[in-house]
Amino acid sequence: MMQKGTHAYPTPNGPGFWFKLMQRIHVDIPLLSGLLLLSLAGLVILYSAGGQSMDVLGRQLVRLGLAFTVMMVLAQIHPQHLQRWAPLLFSAGVALLVAVLLVGDIGKGAQRWLEFGAFRFQPSEIMRIAVPMMVAWYFAERNLPPHPLRLLVGAALTVVPAAMIAKQPDLGTALLITSSGIFVLFLAGMRWAHIAVVGGIVAGLVPIAWSMMHDYQRQRVLTFLNPESDPLGSGYHIIQSKIAIGSGGLYGKGWLNGTQSYLEFIPERSTDFIFAVLSEEFGLMGIIVVLLIYLFIVMRGLYIASQAHDTFTRLFAGSLILSFSVYIFVNIGMVTALLPVVGVPLPLISYGGTSMVTMMAAFGILMSIHTHRKLVPT
Amino acid sequence: MLRPPLKDYRRESKILNNRLIVASIVIVILTLAVISRLFYLQIISYEHYATLSQENRVTLVPVPPQRGVIYDRNGVVLAQDAPSFSLEVTSDEVDDMDAMLKALGEVITLSEREVKRFRRELKQKRRFEAVPLRFNLDDEEMARFAVNRYRFPGVGVKARMVRHYPLGELGVHALGYVGRINEAELKKLDTNYSGTTHIGKLGIEKSYESILHGTVGVEQIETTARGDALRVLGHILPVAGKDIYLTLDINLQAVAEGALGGKRGAVVAINPKTGEILAFASMPNYDANLFVNGISYEDYDALQTSLDKPLVNRALQGQYPPGSTVKPFYALAGLEYNKIKPNDTVSCRGFFQLPGVAHRYRDWKKEGHGSVNLDTAVAQSCDVYFYTLAQSLGIDAMATFMGQFGLGKKTGIDIPGEMSGAMPSSAWKRKMFNQPWYGGETLIAGIGQGYVLTTPLQLAAITATLANNGVQMQPHLLRGTHELGSPTMTAKVPEISQRVPVVNDENWRAAINAMVSVVHSPRGTAYGMGARSPYKIAGKTGTAQVVGIKQGERYKESETPERFRDHALFVAFAPVEDPQIAVAVLVENGGHGSSAAAPVARTLMDYYLRDSYPSSRDGQTGSAGIRSPVVTPTPAVPALPATTAPGSSL
Repeated sequence: MMQKGTHAYPTPNGPGFWFKLMQRIHVDIPLLSGLLLLSLAGLVILYSAGGQSMDVLGRQLVRLGLAFTVMMVLAQIHPQHLQRWAPLLFSAGVALLVAVLLVGDIGKGAQRWLEFGAFRFQPSEIMRIAVPMMVAWYFAERNLPPHPLRLLVGAALTVVPAAMIAKQPDLGTALLITSSGIFVLFLAGMRWAHIAVVGGIVAGLVPIAWSMMHDYQRQRVLTFLNPESDPLGSGYHIIQSKIAIGSGGLYGKGWLNGTQSYLEFIPERSTDFIFAVLSEEFGLMGIIVVLLIYLFIVMRGLYIASQAHDTFTRLFAGSLILSFSVYIFVNIGMVTALLPVVGVPLPLISYGGTSMVTMMAAFGILMSIHTHRKLVPT
Repeated sequence: MLRPPLKDYRRESKILNNRLIVASIVIVILTLAVISRLFYLQIISYEHYATLSQENRVTLVPVPPQRGVIYDRNGVVLAQDAPSFSLEVTSDEVDDMDAMLKALGEVITLSEREVKRFRRELKQKRRFEAVPLRFNLDDEEMARFAVNRYRFPGVGVKARMVRHYPLGELGVHALGYVGRINEAELKKLDTNYSGTTHIGKLGIEKSYESILHGTVGVEQIETTARGDALRVLGHILPVAGKDIYLTLDINLQAVAEGALGGKRGAVVAINPKTGEILAFASMPNYDANLFVNGISYEDYDALQTSLDKPLVNRALQGQYPPGSTVKPFYALAGLEYNKIKPNDTVSCRGFFQLPGVAHRYRDWKKEGHGSVNLDTAVAQSCDVYFYTLAQSLGIDAMATFMGQFGLGKKTGIDIPGEMSGAMPSSAWKRKMFNQPWYGGETLIAGIGQGYVLTTPLQLAAITATLANNGVQMQPHLLRGTHELGSPTMTAKVPEISQRVPVVNDENWRAAINAMVSVVHSPRGTAYGMGARSPYKIAGKTGTAQVVGIKQGERYKESETPERFRDHALFVAFAPVEDPQIAVAVLVENGGHGSSAAAPVARTLMDYYLRDSYPSSRDGQTGSAGIRSPVVTPTPAVPALPATTAPGSSL
C-alpha cells in the first residue's frame, strides 16, 4: 500500500488513507483479515473433503460471497438502529417459529423450514442473532449488575424461543441459542452465586430433558457415552472420525491424501465432520494453525466488545463472539468424541448451510459496533 | 435513548471488562484442552489409529495356490486343475431378478435346484458381491450365453480352477478325490486355506494334501468404506503345490481294472524290491469328478445303495479269509521252525481227524491226494497236509511267523482308511472274545480260514516279502514330488518296513519252488494259468468261503446263488529268478482261484513284463491302452466283509 508518492500531501496513498477508507465503509481490518484467512483455509480443506469437486468449491464460493456481502451490509447499519429494532426482530422471529411449528415443512424428519415460493427459510437462524440482541436490549435499559428477577426475565427471553426450536426438533441450535442468551446474562454481571444455583438447577433438569428427548437424540447421547457399543451403527461415525484424526499424526497424511476421507470412512466429511479431514491431512500442526486463526478472530471480537461505547453494544458484541467460539468448541468436541454428535458445523470451513450467512451477519454487526464509535481524532 | 438516569457507566464498564477477561481465559483454557485432546489422539495414540486406518483401507484378499498335478509313474496326468466356467450374478446390477432368471433360463438350462440354491445364497451376500448361478458351463452353453450377453447386465462368466480327473474312474480308489471344504474341516484349517475352496477327501488327494496344496498368496486391495475395490497395492504370489508322481502305472492299472471283467474284486500289484505299488484296483469304481463340486443327491444315492458297493475300497478295506494263498507261508514256517523237511510226506485220505474227536476235517478233494510232500502239497493245495502241519506248529507259532510278514496289522500304505485284517493266536482270542483257543481252530487257521482275515493289499505285500527274501519294502504309492521350475523329481527313497528273519535260505527256495509247481507243474492247481509263459511264475490259488458247508454236504458252485459263491484268490510273483512284480487278486464270488483269479494275475504280469519277455501272450492283453472297466451292477446280496465258516478250501 505504501508508495513513495511524487504528489504533495494530502495524497490518496498516504498512511491515513486506507484506515480512513475502511473506517468509512465500516470494515474492521484485523477481523476481516482473520475471516478471509479462515475462509481461504476452509476452501483448501473443502477442496479435498469434497472429493476435489470444483462444483462444491464453486457453490461454497458463491455462499461465501453472499455471506461477506451480508456482513458488509450489516456493518453499515448503525448499532442504534439495531437496538431500536431488537424487540421487533425478536417478535417476528418468535412468530416465524410458531409458524414453523404449525405449518412447517417436513425436512429431514424435522420441521425447521418455512417456504416462501422457491425460497426456503430457517427461522431459527434469525434467532441466533435476535435472542442475544433482545436480551442485550433488555439489560441495556437496566442497572447492572441486574436484579435476580431481571435475570429471570432475561432467561425467559432466551428459553422460550430455544424450547420452540428444540421442539422442531433441533437440539443443537436450541442449545447454542440458549448459550447466546446466557452469555448476555453472564456479561451483564450475573453473580457467581446465581450462576452456581442455575448450574445446579440445570443439572437437576437433565433427567427431565432425557425423558422429553426423541429417540434419535437419546441415541446420540448414548453413542457419545460409549461409541464402541455400536461400532457398525451409530458409533461408526465417531469411531471413524477418531481414526481419521489419530492417523493424521503430527504432520498429517498430506493434502488430498487422507485415506479415511477419500475412501469415504468419514461421515459428512465436507460438512459437520470436516475437522476430521483437516486433522487427517494436515495433522496436529495444521490444526494448531487453524485454531490460532480462530483464536485471533475470537480475541479480536472480545476486544471489540470491550471497546464498545454503550451497554447494548457491549453485551450484544460479547455474546455474538462468545457464541462463535461455542460453535468452534462444540464442533471440535463432537468430532474428537469429547461431546455428543449434535450437528454443528465448523464455522466458515464446513460446506454450506444458512449458518454461514448468519455467522457473517454477526461479524457485520461486530464491525458496525466497532466502526460506528465516536472516534477521538489523532 | 431511554436510559434511566441512575446508570453507573464506569461500574458497568468494569463489570463487563472483568467478564470479558474471564471469558478470554476460559477460551484459552478450552483451546488448550482441545489441543491436548488432539495431542492424545494424534501423537500418543498415533500408532493405534494409524493401524486402524491402514486396516480400514487395505483389504487382504487371499489368492489360492494352484494345486499340484498328480501323474502316474510315466507322467500320465491323473489329476489337475482345469479352468471351469460358471455364471455369476451381481444383484446390484440386475433390475428385475425374476425376469432375468426367466429370460436366462431360455438361453441356458437352469434347474430348479440351482435357482433355489442361488436365491438362498443371494440373501446371504451383499448386493455388490457376485453370486454363482450355474457351474461347469460347457462350450455350447458358453457360446449361447456369449451371443446373448448384452441382454443380461450383471450376469458374467467367471473362470475358476477346478480339480479335474481326466481318466474319470480309473484308479480312483488310490487317487481319491477333492471336494468342497466342509464345516468340520474349516475349523481345523489355518489361514493357508483362506482362499481355497476344495480339499483332498480321500486317497492320495487326502494323504498328500499338504504337498499338493501349496501356499496361499495375498493381494492387498484398497477398498472404500462400501467395500468397492479401487486398486491393488501389492501382492505376495501364491506358491503352487508340488506335483506328485505316483508309483502306479496307469496302463497296468487299466489292465487290472479291465481284467476283472466287470466282477467285484481287487487287484494289487507291488514291485517287491521297492514296495512301489504298480496297480491298485478295486472294482467297481466310480468317477472322481462327481465329487469335486458336490455330488448330486441322485448320483450319491445310486453309488450308496448299489449292491456292488462301488464306494468301498476293497483292496484297502475289504477283509477276506486268505484261504489257501497262505499255505506256502505256513510251509515255510514249518521248515524254518524245524517241524518238517521238504521231503517229509503226509498221507492224505481226504480228511483229517484230531485224536479222539469224531469230526472230520475235510480235504477239498474227497478221495484225497495220497502221499504228498511239501512241494506236491502246495502245488495241489492239499488241506490234510496243512491240517497236519498246523497241528504240529500250533496256532501261536503260526501267528508269530505270519506276524513277521505283517498279517493282522496295517501295511502302512500312504493312503488313509486301511484295515488291519486279523491273524489269530490264543492270546488274541482271549483278548477279543475272552475265550480259550480250541484245537480245531488251529486246523481251520492252517488253511487260511476261520479267524484269519487279510486285505488284498496285505496279500500282495506278504507275497512281495516272500519274493524279496523276507525283506518287506514299505508298500507305497508316492514315487516322488516335483516342484514347479525344478528340472528333476525328488524321488521317494524306498524303505524297509519289516524283515522276516531267514534261518535257512534253502527253506525259502523250497517254499517258492512249491509255488512254482502250482503254476508250472502239470498237477498244479494253476497249471493252466502258467501255460506257455516265457518267464517263471510262483503263485498260489485260494478260495474263501462265503457260506458254511454242513458236515456231509459238498459245495457245488453251479447250485449256489452267485452272491453266496466262494471268493476266488490268487497270489503270485514273477519272474521267480528276479522278482519284479508281486500280485494279489481277489474276485468276489468268483468261485475257484485257479479259474477266476489266476488269469487276471497272468494278464497283469504279461503286460508288466512285456518288454523283458516280448514273446508273452500279447494278444490276450492287447496293447494295453487305457481301457475303462465296465461296471455292471447286478442285484444280489452285499458281499462285504466276507465271513466264512470252517470248511474246505482250495
